[in-house]
Amino acid sequence: MSAATLMAGKRVCICAGAGGVGKTTTAAALALGLAVRGKRVAVMTIDPASGLASSLGLVRLGNEPAQVQPDLFAARGVALRGELWAMKLDAKRTFDELIHLLAPDENTREEILANRIYKELSTAVAGSQEFTAVAKLYELNASGRFDAIVVDTPPSRNALDFLDAPQRLNAFLEGRALRVLAAPSGVAAAIAARGGGLVFSALRRVTGVDLLTDLSAFFRVLSSVLSGFTERTTAVGRLLSDPATTFLVVTSPEPSPVEEAIFFCRRLRESGMPFGGLVVNRLRVLARHPGAIDQSAVTADLGGDGDLAARSLRALRDLRALARRDAAGLRRLTGELEGGQPILVPQLVGDAGEVTGLLDVERFLFATGRERSTLLAEHAF
Amino acid sequence: MGGLFSHSLLVVTGKGGVGKSTVVAALGLAASREGLRTIVVEVAAREDISRLLGASEPAGPQGERALSSRLFHLSIEPQRTTEEYLRQQLPVGALGPLLSRSRIFSALTTATPGMRELLTIGKVWELARHGHLGEGGEPYDLVVLDAPATGHGVAMLEAPRTFASVARVGPIAKQGRAIASFLSDPGRTALLAVSTAEEMPVSETLQLRSQLRSGLGLDLERVIVNAVLPYRFDGRDERTLRVAPPSRARHAALFAAAWADQQRVQIARLRAGLEGIPMVTLPFIFQGALERAALERLSLELDV
Repeated sequence: MSAATLMAGKRVCICAGAGGVGKTTTAAALALGLAVRGKRVAVMTIDPASGLASSLGLVRLGNEPAQVQPDLFAARGVALRGELWAMKLDAKRTFDELIHLLAPDENTREEILANRIYKELSTAVAGSQEFTAVAKLYELNASGRFDAIVVDTPPSRNALDFLDAPQRLNAFLEGRALRVLAAPSGVAAAIAARGGGLVFSALRRVTGVDLLTDLSAFFRVLSSVLSGFTERTTAVGRLLSDPATTFLVVTSPEPSPVEEAIFFCRRLRESGMPFGGLVVNRLRVLARHPGAIDQSAVTADLGGDGDLAARSLRALRDLRALARRDAAGLRRLTGELEGGQPILVPQLVGDAGEVTGLLDVERFLFATGRERSTLLAEHAF
Repeated sequence: MGGLFSHSLLVVTGKGGVGKSTVVAALGLAASREGLRTIVVEVAAREDISRLLGASEPAGPQGERALSSRLFHLSIEPQRTTEEYLRQQLPVGALGPLLSRSRIFSALTTATPGMRELLTIGKVWELARHGHLGEGGEPYDLVVLDAPATGHGVAMLEAPRTFASVARVGPIAKQGRAIASFLSDPGRTALLAVSTAEEMPVSETLQLRSQLRSGLGLDLERVIVNAVLPYRFDGRDERTLRVAPPSRARHAALFAAAWADQQRVQIARLRAGLEGIPMVTLPFIFQGALERAALERLSLELDV
């Protein structure tokens, strides 16, 4: 399979996977490849620690897409027929923007934005980071400015939260706790309410009066934007399962990322989300015929340096051990997930620089099956 | 690891995929070998370390589990932590069970921003503080926490302080202050970062350090660089290899040399950014899956 096939007819691609598997690079390379092929593409990262900016030659990324300079790639002989834009999610700012958008009046808006709980902690509400990400994605998609949007998510346990975020936030907003806490006269009404009294007095002793009052105010003002939020979360939920959306699961062949990838693919299927394909990065490829190697021939090749030949052979043995381990990981992955062959990208080393490195990955992602076999054979040990 | 094990709590964080759990397991082994009653703690109900250490005993009533005579394990599960917190740490007495059964309360604890982080770090603090009795009725000498990956790890360290300031008065504020002061006491708590010699993990480690310093006034005690390749080829070797005719051995040697060079550049960048904070390197393990023997080997490397 090729990334071109994968993205045919798709507008949104969400890259998910464990940490440290090259997800950011994959997302950037995918977006780059689409821009090369004439699309107007935005790549968005949600991971605050993402290195997306530097891999695209940008100093920093903001909460609005910035255009990546095409000269960067032109200098390496690659023309962007389309456009490449990049941004990094600022969860707090996106949340603030949503409040601006949804607050019924100015007073409510100011009250929410000034609430201490909201100020200190709003982005820590379960699922809010993920929710704001999907909300931003929704906004970018609805703006019609882009033909395609590629999303780089945080490591996969959080990516699962990503799937659930709209529903979870909705469940929370419509939940009994919020309704009780957000009643017009807040805690006082709740304490007076039958059944709630004992619980609330215990609560007050646990949290202290101030915290409870702040919490109550927080939930009350939040409830005023409730219907707006509910509409949003529903629309955003629809976007995630839209046929023009696809999930790309990115992994390395190492055991623990492979398990996470399998887990994530299953969860996608169970939740009826569109699973698009699998990218296996950082693969060490075993040669088709990795026979024994004649040390004396290697020594002769190296101008008679027997010691260097011995060290080279040790490196070969080590890398073949890694390649065998990787092959086992790959077998486990393809055995568990029936259907499409994963897109394989070998581990690339060298001081090629970030932009060239990105172009190398792009070449692997968009290669046809046959081209990729040839490329992989060149990298085999 | 000179002086590291004299702390009560080691908080180990780092980017996903750098082998943080492996390092935590190796630290646990090394400390228990030194004769310390050590407990390794995982959060969000993960069981990576217990798998690595080959746990077979079932967990005790507190969730703590003996892995050997001096090494213990706990996977913190938020729900149970909430109940325990109510039962043991707050002055609600008989109302505790009522609260923990209350749907409102459970919704509130899951919905209140940062509450989960506070409860988790609160549990860790409980294990590490003086006078706490662990599994078998004896206190632990050392708690090693496998903290969440960098960003979430910082959020967890910040939670006590944030709650102390938001709540101002009352039990939560008081406890938040106690935990925050424990975490910022360099004699009791040491913060460790695990990295690999790759660009992104190094950047994230340096970013973590600046976040800790500016946000919490804390600094890293040590950085552990995992999976460092052996240095096998110098510049002259590489030149010889480059002019040699193509072969699998040459390809492997050039690949290994370029990879190791790339690592050296990143290690130098890390060292420069750490401004004298000690760095320990652990060797790359090539063979098979990471087994107990390899873990023991890593723990010996940490034990200097």
